Amino acid sequence: MAKKPQLAFETRPWRDPSAKPFVRIRNVTKKFGDVLAVSDVSLDIYKSELFCLLGGSGSGKSTLLRMLAGFETPTSGIIEIDGQDMTAVPPYNRPVNMMFQSYALFPHMNVEQNIAYGLKRDNMPAGEIKDRVAELLTLVKLQDYGRRKPNQLSGGQRQRVALARSLAKRPKLLLLDEPLGALDKKLREETQFELVKIQESLGVTFIVVTHDQEEAMTLATRIGVMNQGEIAMIGEPTDIYEYPNSRFVAGFIGSVNMVEGIVTEDEPDHVRIRSAELGADIYVGHGVDCAPDQILWWAIRPEKMHLSREKPEGEQGANVTRGVVEDIAYLGDMSLYQVVLESGKRIRVSQTNSVRGNPHAITWDEPVYVSWAPDAGSVLTV
Amino acid sequence: MSTIGSQLPPPRRLLPWKGLERRLRDVGISGRTLVIAAPAIWLTVFFLIPLGVVFAISLATKQFGRPPYSPLLTTEGGTVQLTLHLSNYVKLITDPLYVAAYLSSIRIALISTVITLIIGFPMAYAIARAPEKWRNVLLMLVILPFWTSFLLRVYALTGFMRGNGVINQFLGLFGIEPLVMMQTDFAVYVGIVYSYLPFMILPLYTTLVKLDTSLLEASADLGSRPWQTFLSIPLPLSIPGIVAGSMLVFIPAIGEFVIPSLLGGPETLMIGRVLWDEFFSATNWPRAAAVAVAMLVVVVIPIVLLQKAQDAVVEKGK
Amino acid sequence: MRRGWFLPIVATLGFAFLYLPVISLVVFSFNENKLVTVWTGFSTKWYSELFRDPQILGAAWLSLQIAFCVATIALVLGTLCAVALVRFKKFRGRTVFAGTVSAPLVMPDVITGVSMLLLFVAMESLIGWPSGRGVLTIIIAHATFCTAYVAVVVQSRLSDFDLSLEEAAMDLGATPARVFFDITLPIIAPALVSGWLLAFTLSLDDLVIASFVSGPGSSTLPMVIFSKIRLGVSPDVNALATIIIGVVALGVVLATVAQMRGRRQNAKRA
Repeated sequence: MAKKPQLAFETRPWRDPSAKPFVRIRNVTKKFGDVLAVSDVSLDIYKSELFCLLGGSGSGKSTLLRMLAGFETPTSGIIEIDGQDMTAVPPYNRPVNMMFQSYALFPHMNVEQNIAYGLKRDNMPAGEIKDRVAELLTLVKLQDYGRRKPNQLSGGQRQRVALARSLAKRPKLLLLDEPLGALDKKLREETQFELVKIQESLGVTFIVVTHDQEEAMTLATRIGVMNQGEIAMIGEPTDIYEYPNSRFVAGFIGSVNMVEGIVTEDEPDHVRIRSAELGADIYVGHGVDCAPDQILWWAIRPEKMHLSREKPEGEQGANVTRGVVEDIAYLGDMSLYQVVLESGKRIRVSQTNSVRGNPHAITWDEPVYVSWAPDAGSVLTV
Repeated sequence: MSTIGSQLPPPRRLLPWKGLERRLRDVGISGRTLVIAAPAIWLTVFFLIPLGVVFAISLATKQFGRPPYSPLLTTEGGTVQLTLHLSNYVKLITDPLYVAAYLSSIRIALISTVITLIIGFPMAYAIARAPEKWRNVLLMLVILPFWTSFLLRVYALTGFMRGNGVINQFLGLFGIEPLVMMQTDFAVYVGIVYSYLPFMILPLYTTLVKLDTSLLEASADLGSRPWQTFLSIPLPLSIPGIVAGSMLVFIPAIGEFVIPSLLGGPETLMIGRVLWDEFFSATNWPRAAAVAVAMLVVVVIPIVLLQKAQDAVVEKGK
Repeated sequence: MRRGWFLPIVATLGFAFLYLPVISLVVFSFNENKLVTVWTGFSTKWYSELFRDPQILGAAWLSLQIAFCVATIALVLGTLCAVALVRFKKFRGRTVFAGTVSAPLVMPDVITGVSMLLLFVAMESLIGWPSGRGVLTIIIAHATFCTAYVAVVVQSRLSDFDLSLEEAAMDLGATPARVFFDITLPIIAPALVSGWLLAFTLSLDDLVIASFVSGPGSSTLPMVIFSKIRLGVSPDVNALATIIIGVVALGVVLATVAQMRGRRQNAKRA
């Protein structure tokens, strides 16, 4: 068996300063009249990555994707693909293909003709086209559906045809616009894994646009979070989730508890933050780029906090606070506790239900202590 | 596995028209310009310029010869002379025949439009509220007359309304004296309503079918009687449809020729007929042109209103 | 929702009004009596007389030929107009263009007829073309006003068109011209057919404009019919009318059935 190509998720080229990016987006801005859709975005994407652009509506992610495809031209800035300046190149001349959110299958052509369309435009000989189409149908597991028309297929089948069609020309770069948006939950989960498998086996660079954070976290080698036309943060899923760089990113991904505080101690090896909201001090076990008496925010994920009836030791007289359990959402595998602190602030703490039918489980209206480790939260200055 | 090189896709084989495309682009004409220019040129030459010619000829006078009007530009001994006659317009204003014809046309068109609305609105409403599967059939029945010959339908009306026509024979069964219907204003009203009814029903239907029945149910639920509900909900909401339909009847009706000539009498003055007679019977082309210009002026105002109404509908739909 | 009695009655009366004259026309085409509206017996003699009348047959053939040319020209021009208006959002003179395209829809045909004739006469004296009026001038005149109708039909379809299909085609390597012929045209084909048929019918049916711009020897069917019925009722016209109405009715019914079936097929999507 031939040696599998080195994939981005194994080699992590973005950590290597000498690695050459496959797609370079440099200071790209896009204005529609007075509306600034994309604002000075710079981004490097490496070969065989599965990069996700994540954001809400109006974040600019779709506009950025369309500029990569060639349907929009940047107002300013440069887009390079594989070392060549593609900023003004029309879509039919780019080695880039796109899978549309609505699939955009040609209704007057059958599945085979849809997939073959791009190959015909390249004047590929008929025999080769036939072989390639068969290859792709096998890849997406639709071998017997070649003669059907799009309106005779289910949603999931249409999605697979759209994928096959977009891969037909062996594009260097594949753009996917909310590829799983129209599928129901179960189908979406199955398709997510299939998509990753296909990407890994082909080694094609994927850029996926989505508003679904779970999807981004599942699929991506790296995520670019976008907000109002700008990039908020780029990083691997773990980085985005565990080490958000701003309140926006912290709040956007997953759930988070966010409190405001003021820096009381600012040392190279630790930082102490007093938070009235939290009703306690926060001792952070590492240095943070801030100044004494600076007001900043601290974010911690629900699963990083711990509930107990007895007062725990804490850390340096900090990292413990008190509250009352107001509400519990039992989700089977875990329970989500809503705790009201003395200040009135509500925080959420999640605990796995590791003991079956625990008779000593903390329950409603119980006074509890909430504690956390010194490196459990993120200090956010923006 | 991938054999992707790092160049752009292979150059396309140049097909014959591609070469033309390239050459045109070099001259600065894009495909886009051609798409706009081709019909634009045709319409300018064969629609706009003719209107200009009409205006120009209206400033000439009748003269024997081919063409039967005085030349506007004449060259005499090296100088170019422009001769304009305003006599036609003067005649239009002073001669009571023309003024009466214009007023009569507007009157007849207006009354006919109102009648068409009164008949067409309930029909459109009925179709819009009919069960889904009936609607297509009913619409088809409305559209079918539109596709058959206009001329023949008016002709059918003559057979219906003549002295010994179907209606009178029917009335005769009850011993009723035959009514004189032909060659009257009444016949013209019937003719216009009959011919233009589909043009009123369709826009009304389009507006009414978008009506949310739950609005009507809510209104009834709040204690409103049927006719009150009708006045407060469907009627106001269907105003765009009413305007569109009315304009589609009123504007062409003003200039109608076939209906007054087949169904109307000698006293039924309509400006379309006057124009025809001026042109063919009196061979007074310049006068006919002046009549046309005046008719255009009369007609332009409703056309502009219609355009504004349509734009309003498009805006609202956005 | 309670369905009252008012609406169905009004609708029935309305449809009766629309159809009774035509039905009587058809019925009396089979009347033995020359006095069209007094029934004396069943006869198809008017049909045989119709087919032996060279004037009517000649005019009918001429009208059909003209309508065919007109429909085709109007289809091309009208589609170009529609594309320009729907796809090109801004260009110089767009409002004037839009107005010119839609004006013939409401302009009284006497004005259109007079203006085109005067144009042809002026052109003839200036540049010698068109030499005399006849089939060519009729075709030009009809094509001009039919373009407006085709434009409306195609415009309505194009504005509903899913642009992502065109983008997908471009993404796969098709140039804009290629996209138009491979993707757009096939999908809007039903609207194009409607437009063509509409133009065909309008041209076939036109009396006023043809009367103005025709020349000696180019009498169209409506012109012949008009001169006949001006003089009174004439039963062979009834026969002709019945045939025309029959053909049209058949066409409209078939088209509606096809449309309804097409819609049912599209609704089968999962």
